[in-house]
Amino acid sequence: MIGYIVVGMAFGLLVQNIGLNFLWAGLISLTVYAGSMQFVMINFLSGAGSLIEVALVTFIVNMRHMFYGLTFLTRFKSMGKKKPYMVFALTDETYALLCSAKVPANVEPGLFYFLIALLNQIYWITGTLLGALFGSILSIDTTGIEFTMTALFAVICTEQWLSFPTRIPAIIGLICAVLSLNLFGATNMLIPAMFAIILLLTLLRPALEPKIRKLEEEEMEQCQL
Amino acid sequence: MPALNPLNLLMIIAVVSVVTIFTRALPFLFFAGNRQPSKYILYIGNILPPAVMAMLLLYSIRSATPLMYPYGLPEFISIAVVILLHVWKRNNLISILCGTLCYMVLVQVVFAS
Repeated sequence: MIGYIVVGMAFGLLVQNIGLNFLWAGLISLTVYAGSMQFVMINFLSGAGSLIEVALVTFIVNMRHMFYGLTFLTRFKSMGKKKPYMVFALTDETYALLCSAKVPANVEPGLFYFLIALLNQIYWITGTLLGALFGSILSIDTTGIEFTMTALFAVICTEQWLSFPTRIPAIIGLICAVLSLNLFGATNMLIPAMFAIILLLTLLRPALEPKIRKLEEEEMEQCQL
Repeated sequence: MPALNPLNLLMIIAVVSVVTIFTRALPFLFFAGNRQPSKYILYIGNILPPAVMAMLLLYSIRSATPLMYPYGLPEFISIAVVILLHVWKRNNLISILCGTLCYMVLVQVVFAS
């Protein structure tokens, strides 16, 4: 919970920092609701990239979300009118909570899941608005505050470096990004880097797939009813 | 001030929102029956996140100038601070907050132009 408010605040602060007020920040957290992607998006909102690039980058960055849905195919089926919201709100955090939370005995599971998802987004939006408002009254020199984004990505990379079954994808991602930055420049680097990453990971599939097989199995087990 | 007008901004938000919803709804749209996604898609989806995050980390410091003053030092030092703190404490808040403060001090005071 605290995590969502804090990262939400960082996001609100950064939106404020590129000259957009709390209404924009709130609108994004209401309609997009995707942690890392909202941070990447700040680059687009300050003028980097075409709409095609925006769409492609969003798809690649959020591709992992399609696996969350696979886990919940049957569980969401009986949720009626709540189902569309559950699908919309299936973020990393909500997925992890839904996997680990135990439904209390006297509560209908569907309602319980729905409230978890809804509360998570309320925390996220609250954090966003607080961050944006805080940013608007802050009178200190905020030069460099955009590093919050880099720090967030560095934290996620560190976590993955320590826990992911293989470090090869992280190394490939970094090398492709460095090459692409030098070959295509700062404004055009993302798309070539993404294609190079997917190509290399595809070529290395025979070597890498056995390494992550355990991960796939664990994922399935973790979230079984 | 942002270089884009409100309509541009709304279009970007709409595209990100729709594509995000699409990635979340994909399994419910296509794999609802007994159909399973192909092994290749499963593989790419599982192996991609660390590669994408590493790419985004570099993308977020793309404006650094490693060959000119301050030689990317503020970025390099601050990222090192984040990583060390995170390996030590494993606390997102501490890592992000201290890393950002470190960077702000470096660009405002130490490497001020």
